[in-house]
Amino acid sequence: MVNLVTAVIKPHKLEEVKDALKAIDMPGMTVDEVKGFGRQGGHTETYRGAEYKVDLLPKVKVEVLCTEADTDRVVDTIMNAARTDKIGDGKIWVTPVSKMVRIRTGERDGDAL
Amino acid sequence: MKRLALAGAVAGAATLVLTGVASAQETMETTTAAPDPFVLFSQNTNLLWIIVGASLVMFMQAGFAMLETGFIRAKNAAHTMAMNIAVFATGATAFFIVGYGLMFGGYSANVPGFDWGYDHALGGPLLGSGHWVFLWQGGWALTGGKFAASGAVAGYFLYMLAFMDTAATIPTGSMAERWKFKSFVLWGLFCGALYYPLFGAWTWGGGWLSQLGNTLKLGNGYVDFAGSGVVHAVGGVAALTGALVLGPRIGKYGKDGKARGIPGHSIAMAGAGTLILFFGWFGFNAASTLQIADGQFAVVAANTAIAAALGGMTGMLWVWKRTGKPDPAMIMNGLLAGLVAITAPCAFVDPWAAGLIGLIAGIIVVEVVFFVDQKVKIDDPVGAIGVHFANGIWGVLALGIFANGRYGVDALGAGLGWNGTTTHLDSAGAATGVTGVLYGSSGWGQLAAQAIGVLVIVVVMGGISFAFFKLSQKVFKGGIRSDAADEIAGLDIPEMGVLAYPDFSGTHEGLGASVE
Repeated sequence: MVNLVTAVIKPHKLEEVKDALKAIDMPGMTVDEVKGFGRQGGHTETYRGAEYKVDLLPKVKVEVLCTEADTDRVVDTIMNAARTDKIGDGKIWVTPVSKMVRIRTGERDGDAL
Repeated sequence: MKRLALAGAVAGAATLVLTGVASAQETMETTTAAPDPFVLFSQNTNLLWIIVGASLVMFMQAGFAMLETGFIRAKNAAHTMAMNIAVFATGATAFFIVGYGLMFGGYSANVPGFDWGYDHALGGPLLGSGHWVFLWQGGWALTGGKFAASGAVAGYFLYMLAFMDTAATIPTGSMAERWKFKSFVLWGLFCGALYYPLFGAWTWGGGWLSQLGNTLKLGNGYVDFAGSGVVHAVGGVAALTGALVLGPRIGKYGKDGKARGIPGHSIAMAGAGTLILFFGWFGFNAASTLQIADGQFAVVAANTAIAAALGGMTGMLWVWKRTGKPDPAMIMNGLLAGLVAITAPCAFVDPWAAGLIGLIAGIIVVEVVFFVDQKVKIDDPVGAIGVHFANGIWGVLALGIFANGRYGVDALGAGLGWNGTTTHLDSAGAATGVTGVLYGSSGWGQLAAQAIGVLVIVVVMGGISFAFFKLSQKVFKGGIRSDAADEIAGLDIPEMGVLAYPDFSGTHEGLGASVE
């Protein structure tokens, strides 16, 4: 059974999260630059005298595939590394992966990790 | 009229050159029939100054391109950059073939004893005569007349070409992100062939505005050293009428009518563009002495930097006070506002006056940008109206206030002052140069001449450019504005067929750009 752990974090926390995942020997991760809003909401700025809303804030999305057994450890590792205790730290969620293939070898599911 | 050679310039330059070259001087004294090598040297040194100046002004195009492109969204960057390059291609072609002939073709200033190529007319008046000339003719595509005899006409043409290009590129900023490229091409041709040369002939070409000192006894006539009016306000009023005819960008004004900020995609690029413009401005202003023998160019250069500094500083402080933050885009506009405002008076004012002119320019630009954006509701993405139109006018008027009367005495020979006006005498009977109201009662005449120039720019040039854009609406199927769907998607692909940033995601549809 393979899970996908998805975390949306503050961009400047990416290095720490990456290093923490490496420290627990996670073999891989995928990173994306994203924008969004949550409880932190947006704010208003002024450009050339006219206001505009910045309601989509830049975040980094981290995706890690891991076994069911490793899932809690991965979630805790990301949470501890990404936390600043201030609003806007982001969220982590876990989704089950129904099928997974390593393209080069054709290995399936747990073997493909 | 641009500053033409002083009667004593040759003697002055020769003296400079000869200082410390005693043996060469002996050679000169024995030469009578052959061209005087020192006269040739001084003339060619002056010519080199013009070519250096023209190169600097031409480099301002890079500044305009980066400033304007930085201030617009990534989805239109290829379109805006293309306009800034094509404006030279179109405008310069038209100016070369037709525009220069209309602006200077029949213009001749008699400078005694100085065989300075551009003083020779290539033709004669096309409209008007004497002190009331409205257009010249001759020298089409730089042919005919005495052109072949001297490189000076070519150098002067090149310098004037670069100024024309500056005026032509101003509307590309205010009309950015929604201007159909076909319509823009027509503007470039129109500006280079007719629009710019018209006001140019009336002023620097020795036409009727420059002769108001002789005809109506108004100071030295309309005086504009390097073009606050001729280049910036004339280009700026077209930026105003063009943006008015086009209408605001989709999403600029909400349903409540409130102006929304649409941040530019690269403040870094715009900042570099601002500094390139600043650098090029030394060619714009200082080289407008047209001769290195006239050491006033150093005063001009210093005044230019002082006005830029004060303009940038008050622009920054004023926007900080108004909005709570020192908006980088408005610091840039403030600096440029100081530069535009000092361009007309730079040779005629003391450094303290240059500072004051810049200081006021910085406040004017912030207030005009906010007023145009929020009250008049003309959408000007780059602030061209506040920088070039409003401060071009301020610069022209400032000359009539602060000109200290020391520069331009007998500019065209004994008894002939700036613009060929009969030299004015002060109460003590001494000859004076261009004088503003703070330096003598004759200054009121000068200020009146400047005000007439401003009125002509606003009413006549504003009217012509407005009519041009209105007529263009009929010329092009669907008008001069891009299709709404193309505007929302970004003009790069629909108009130009290429993205400015194909390897970046999220630029084409303008992610987060708050456009519905």
